[in-house]
Amino acid sequence: MKKFRSFFRGTYLGLMLIFLYAPILVLMVFSFNGSKSMGRWTGFSFRWYEALFHDTTIMDALMVTLSVAVISALVATIIGTFAAIGIHSMKKNPRGVVENISRLPMVNPDLVTGISFMMLFAALGIKGGYTRMLIAHITFNIPYVIFSVMPKLRQSSNLLYEAALDLGCTPMTALRKVVIPDIMPGIISGFVLAFTLSLDDFVVSWFATDGIQNLSIYIYGIARRGISPKINALCTLMFIAVVTLLAFVNIRSIKEEREQEQAQKRLSHRA
Amino acid sequence: MKLKRQAFSYPYIVWMLIFILAPMLLIVYFAFSSETGLTFDNIITALTNEMYMQVLTRSVWIALKATVLCLLLGYPIAYILSTMKKRTAAILYVLFIVPMWMNFLLRTYAWQVLLDSNGIINSILTFLGLPAQQFLYTEGAVMLGTVYNFLPFMVLPIYSVLVKLDRSLVEAAADLGANPVLCFIKVVLPQSVPGIISGITMVFIPAITTFAISRLLGGGKFLLYGDLIENQFITLGQSAWPVGSALSFILLVLVLISMAIMRRAEHDAGEEGGMLW
Repeated sequence: MKKFRSFFRGTYLGLMLIFLYAPILVLMVFSFNGSKSMGRWTGFSFRWYEALFHDTTIMDALMVTLSVAVISALVATIIGTFAAIGIHSMKKNPRGVVENISRLPMVNPDLVTGISFMMLFAALGIKGGYTRMLIAHITFNIPYVIFSVMPKLRQSSNLLYEAALDLGCTPMTALRKVVIPDIMPGIISGFVLAFTLSLDDFVVSWFATDGIQNLSIYIYGIARRGISPKINALCTLMFIAVVTLLAFVNIRSIKEEREQEQAQKRLSHRA
Repeated sequence: MKLKRQAFSYPYIVWMLIFILAPMLLIVYFAFSSETGLTFDNIITALTNEMYMQVLTRSVWIALKATVLCLLLGYPIAYILSTMKKRTAAILYVLFIVPMWMNFLLRTYAWQVLLDSNGIINSILTFLGLPAQQFLYTEGAVMLGTVYNFLPFMVLPIYSVLVKLDRSLVEAAADLGANPVLCFIKVVLPQSVPGIISGITMVFIPAITTFAISRLLGGGKFLLYGDLIENQFITLGQSAWPVGSALSFILLVLVLISMAIMRRAEHDAGEEGGMLW
């Protein structure tokens, strides 16, 4: 009876995992297919990957995706880190207001964020698809940076910063020499998270930009007209990139948690 | 002059006011204004137009069905994971999260490949001597895409509640003569309500605001509310903005209402669930 139950449980989990992974695996496998067919295997080939790298439209879209991801993550990290430091020393009420407004892009449906950008850019007369996409990405990235730096600030002590000021540092030097090194892990996690989110975004870009394509916009355009083996190859590469990045972020945060736990244990032992 | 530390946040606050707050206010402005001033016409149009309402009911209906399906499929996953050894459960748990890291567009496209009339499923059917089926561009495909995309969001919060459940309560119930089914209904299920509620929120809200899934898997035949809004802004252009904004405003209100209902239910359940946001 017990054996039967554990067999049943294993089978159920297995089926669910197949349900989740089969589409992705089929897509990946057929990106190496020799022919255009998505139903019949006709031999291994890198044909579609070659076609992918020779397609100038796709390469342009890739450049847009990557450059927007790098620039928006960098800018968001700088603005967001300073913002977190400032917000951290605010009084309770203004702090609550700023934090709540900052949560808006995280809670808002992407669709609504996207169209709100579209209208704002038209109202402000901001032209140029690239600038639009960049501003949109910076905006939805900043809150994630703020909320990954904030916990680190809460852990670090204000006293060191004040001591640095008392010893004659300017606020900027104190920040650079004392505060920033202390919260560096949060800043790095925030940067990688921002980079990944930007890389991954479709909905906000789709509405915010105008006349320029990043990879996900390109994929949507092609996929609406049906399937294409080149897109399979592209999806495979994007999937691998995003999973690698997120694994990096998660392993980092797990490690940090463990270290903290151990540090706490050590402290409690001493007490 | 001593620079206050708060000053470091000023550049961000300017940015926030222009790019986070102002766009939201613009939606409200467009939804409630006309050339002559304040008006409710756009909202009334959005709520009375037969086609819009049809799409709205369809969206709510599909989102509800998808949520129920996710719950039925996801609860057992979370439950089984919670009864496993910690190490095994941790590995399997990660396996259930990873697909969530993938762009929803790619996940949806993957199903397009699978369900295509010349795709692998139909190849298998033909190989077995069965007639090929039209899977793609049906309402079932849209439904499947929605469930597939949001299933992990249901598993996560339920698992995080179940894993904290005090096993000795279940043992006590069993010792007192309850059979496994009764144990589950009387002990495990009530305690996992907070997880169920956050799971429902995390599936229902994205499901109702989604667009593109129905375009890719339904071939544009089963428009959802998200597609309708996209249509107003992308295809119809500036003249459709007021009604488009009204539709978005209604969608936002719908999201807020469902969040409030869930909060309330969570509050009634008396415990904090495993909310992700």
